[in-house]
Amino acid sequence: MSDPVTAMKNATFTNGIAEVREIGPLGMITLRGDLNASYMRKAATNVAGVDYPEVRTCTCAGERGIAWMSPDELLLMCPYDEVSAALEKIDGAFAKQHALAANVSDARAVFQVSGPHAREVVAKLAPVDLDPQTFTPGMFRRSRLAQVPAAFWMRDEVTFQIICFRSVGQYVFDLLSQAAQPGSEVGVFGI
Amino acid sequence: MSTRLATGGRLLNKSKPVGFTFNGKQMRGYAGDTLASALLANDQMLVGRSFKYHRPRGIVAAGPEEPNALVNLGSDATFEPNARATTTPLFDGLEAASQNHWPSLEFDVGAINKHLSRFLPAGFYYKMFMYPRAFWKHVYEPVIRQSAGLGKAPKDRDQDTYEHFYGFCDVLIVGGGVAGLQAAMSAAKSGARVIVMEQTAHWGGRAPVDGGTVDGTPVDKFVDEMVASLSDMDNVTLRLNTMGAGVYDHGYALGYERLTDDQAEAAGPRHRLWRVRAAHIITATGAIERPLSFAGNDIPGVMLAASLRDYLVNYGVSAGDRTVVVTNNDNAYLTAIALKHAGLDVPLIVDARVLPQDSALMEQAKALGIRVLMGHAIASVKGGKRVTGVEVCAQAGEGAVLEEITCDAVAMSGGWSPVVHLWSHCGGKLRWDTTHACFSPDVDNPPLGADGAGFVTPAGAAAGVFALDDVLNDAHAAADGVMTTLGFKLPKGLTAPSAERREDAPMAPVWMMPQGAAIKLREKTWLDYQNDVKVSDVRLAAQEGFVSVEHAKRYTTLGMATDQGKLSNINGLATLAGALDRDIPSVGTTTFRPPYHPISLAAIAGDSKNHTFQPIRRTPMHDWHDANGAEWEPVGAWRRPYAFKQGDESTHDAVMREVTNTRNNMGLLDASTLGKIIVKGPDAGRFLDMMYTNMMSNLKVGKCRYGLMCSENGFLIDDGVVARIDEDTWLCHTTTGGAESIHGHMEEWLQTEWWDWKVYVANVTEQYAQVAVVGPNARKCLEKLGGMDVSKDALGFMEWADGTLGGFKVRIYRISFSGELSFEIAIDASQGQAFWDALMVAGNDLGVMPYGTECLHILRAEKGFIMIGDETDGTVIPQDLGLHWALSKKKDDYLGKRAQERSHMTDPARWKLVGLETVDGSTLPDGAYAVAEGENANGQRNTQGRVTSSYHSPTLGKGIAMGLVLNGPDRMGEVLTFPGVDGKEFEARICDAVFYDKEGEKQNV
Repeated sequence: MSDPVTAMKNATFTNGIAEVREIGPLGMITLRGDLNASYMRKAATNVAGVDYPEVRTCTCAGERGIAWMSPDELLLMCPYDEVSAALEKIDGAFAKQHALAANVSDARAVFQVSGPHAREVVAKLAPVDLDPQTFTPGMFRRSRLAQVPAAFWMRDEVTFQIICFRSVGQYVFDLLSQAAQPGSEVGVFGI
Repeated sequence: MSTRLATGGRLLNKSKPVGFTFNGKQMRGYAGDTLASALLANDQMLVGRSFKYHRPRGIVAAGPEEPNALVNLGSDATFEPNARATTTPLFDGLEAASQNHWPSLEFDVGAINKHLSRFLPAGFYYKMFMYPRAFWKHVYEPVIRQSAGLGKAPKDRDQDTYEHFYGFCDVLIVGGGVAGLQAAMSAAKSGARVIVMEQTAHWGGRAPVDGGTVDGTPVDKFVDEMVASLSDMDNVTLRLNTMGAGVYDHGYALGYERLTDDQAEAAGPRHRLWRVRAAHIITATGAIERPLSFAGNDIPGVMLAASLRDYLVNYGVSAGDRTVVVTNNDNAYLTAIALKHAGLDVPLIVDARVLPQDSALMEQAKALGIRVLMGHAIASVKGGKRVTGVEVCAQAGEGAVLEEITCDAVAMSGGWSPVVHLWSHCGGKLRWDTTHACFSPDVDNPPLGADGAGFVTPAGAAAGVFALDDVLNDAHAAADGVMTTLGFKLPKGLTAPSAERREDAPMAPVWMMPQGAAIKLREKTWLDYQNDVKVSDVRLAAQEGFVSVEHAKRYTTLGMATDQGKLSNINGLATLAGALDRDIPSVGTTTFRPPYHPISLAAIAGDSKNHTFQPIRRTPMHDWHDANGAEWEPVGAWRRPYAFKQGDESTHDAVMREVTNTRNNMGLLDASTLGKIIVKGPDAGRFLDMMYTNMMSNLKVGKCRYGLMCSENGFLIDDGVVARIDEDTWLCHTTTGGAESIHGHMEEWLQTEWWDWKVYVANVTEQYAQVAVVGPNARKCLEKLGGMDVSKDALGFMEWADGTLGGFKVRIYRISFSGELSFEIAIDASQGQAFWDALMVAGNDLGVMPYGTECLHILRAEKGFIMIGDETDGTVIPQDLGLHWALSKKKDDYLGKRAQERSHMTDPARWKLVGLETVDGSTLPDGAYAVAEGENANGQRNTQGRVTSSYHSPTLGKGIAMGLVLNGPDRMGEVLTFPGVDGKEFEARICDAVFYDKEGEKQNV
């Protein structure tokens, strides 16, 4: 195997109103099953090492995290090179359960948008209320960026982490870069 | 002369002079000017020619209601047609050119039309151009297109960027005049999230010009204080230069923000489209002054009274030295008084009313020495490209001239119409207000939201409330009501500030001046300036039976120009009502539609232009393909290489080479785009048996099976190879375009019909790069890479195995869509390019070449393999394609089974798949029909089949095709005739669809 290559080879856009960078590769595992069952809670938290998320939230620490994707789906995040071991662990835990785990690390591109205007940049592309009172770090949304599906949450007050499909990595990078172009501050959200 | 005065101009920055051009002529203005005010300051009264008669036209208004002053703006990459001078901010270097003139604005050939106006009445186009029929297309339309039209279409790409912004609030307030600001203040004090949009660059609306005092403070200071305190509130968003463009269902509204229109080379987007979700919308959109209908009311120099006052107070511009004011209300007296205070002459106020006593404003005007003539009217305006005087007559009469007054401007006021557009966009009803002679919102019939409650509330002048004190009270009450409905509480005891009251005399509705104007005057009395509709036209429409206002509008084109009839609608309605002897409310209004004022198409497009016009899906090997001669083909949103061209080879030659090479040596296909869906669970086998027409539950672990998928109506929707991964898990390949829809199809059945089946699906299409290694040398190449046994015994045809190749972790499917020895190898997408590179190196001395989709098509067509989208088109069932072998008879049911038993589906006359080979070896045109004897009911030749796929096969050295033919499989050897598009006819013989390696030996080695 050679070094894994991400969709955008970690491209960055740094001279705008917010910084856009593709990060990764990151380990990502789709889990489907009964989210209330203890086998799911245990498997997810054992591997990710973070708290189990509430509905529409994401718990994360560094590269590790768990995102609530739907009433029967989670996205588990971990360092890229731990995915195989993690899958083995999960498959073991799921052996007697009706549940599914699939490696989707390479199926996605992951971006971070950061800076005081990060909320504005994302609010230009996603039909989501990103007012600081309404959307707070840890909340998780599956929505869209312009014409493609995307999921995102805020790692902290000024940093979004965005997940989209790998094949549209270039499109999303271009969108975010243009939305962050110099001179495009909106001046809302108390900035 | 219109000119700049030495003093005044509260919106100007006189320390910042700017230069601009109009029709190439250098002019000067100041920062803060609009293009219109700057043109007037440069005595450019004549700004355009009218649409139909090419009459000279000047600036009439000062806001978005302006009908005449439309210009072409900028050049090349900044060119924009139909820009309204009154809403265009002036900046240094602005280039403007007038529209609809030829050869020049001053001398216009089309103006001859005005002498023909008697022959160009309402409906002229409909009457004249009906016959002879053929003339429309070849004679009339081309000529009309030449002579009509406003702005030119841009030729260059727009250099600017545009964006959207998603806003959310409890209350969206449209309009930043005193009503909007007061409503915002009251609403904001409840803690609600408030957005206020003001279309101009300034807060306060008309109030600072019209004056007054609020709580003892001059109203302009009051506005400043309001804005300052609103700015300090975290829950309030104030946006200038942002027009509320439209109100839509579910509290959705569009705002059009113009960011850099006043700066030539500014960074950032030019316009921003606000897409707002509001729990409630308050329309504080003000009112628009109406023109009066008198002869010559379109001559440059005749302006709306309040607009003339705006130019004077806001921009220090006088429209003329001597201005006659003509009115039916008190408001226009403010203009006369302002002009007098500015040292300009007002020889006469012509007031159509007869009043028992003078109002305060009338007394004030008279005290300034202005002569006021009550009960009088303007019979006619004198002048051509400019007003030179007016003829005065009695309003009650027919227009006998009593007096002629020399003047160079006329300020007219026919009363005020509330801006009800946004109220009406979603169905808010109107009522006729007899006091102010206008339509205003019927607050008992608001536009209704999903909960059945109104979601728009008007405030201030937009609600038909005009006096400053009333406006403040109404705005506060509107906010109070809205906030209570939304569950917010205003602070106890919060009331509106109070303004000093001015008692105005009531206005009198005047729809024609003079009241009994004869036809000669009516023919010179304009209602719609932009579309050249006169009082006589509307009367003619009524006379010809167009009694519905919607019909009369379309017949006369009244209100159909780019100003959407902002000035003309009410006057036109009143004229129609008068001609029909009906009252105005019973005639009704036409429908208001968004946007309120034209917005740029680019703002609507937002980021959807250039490289982000639409998302393009790229495989992990996209860049390599691009660098290696790929000619791209869109497949769904993906881009796939159609062929890889070498040197200056033609596309056709490249395809032929790729086919031959793959058949003889080895080819690589990027198959990453194929859908890959994991289906897992105790009921997965049962589920797949329903999804596919054939059995999938009995597939053995380690094996692959080709499957067909039908919709519940029996039609083929997808196909692909299914692999059984383990006891509980299958992996389903779909077509490139089908991945998302089949994933959705599976989820839908699982969530709505078989919700109790234990099955989970996951779409892992993009997790893997997939490479098809195809051709006689394929195995040698993989053996060179090494790492796993790929021999026939270890990995037989239609089997799969996990392992490593050249150090890469792979899964190999031994499946073939080409008829050759073929391995489809899945690898993590992040390794896709590296693996592709390794294959190219390993295959170097084995004749490896990449191939594209067209080669893939030829390879599969030579083998008679169907392609979803070619052999199927949504009306084809598996039985049509001879795929009976894939329809399980062991199963009780599968999706489509029952549908396929319907009588039409079992009709033996359904066209069936066969091979077609031309008699002379040429290639059939794709999609061509085989003709049959006779004609159908429409006089067309009968048909008996059509080509579904057609290619030149380099392997066989001739054209091969597949097609659906009536009774095809029973007619082997028969020759059919296929007419081509160029008159040529093709003869093709019906044959077996498998042209190459009928026994399937090559793929099974």
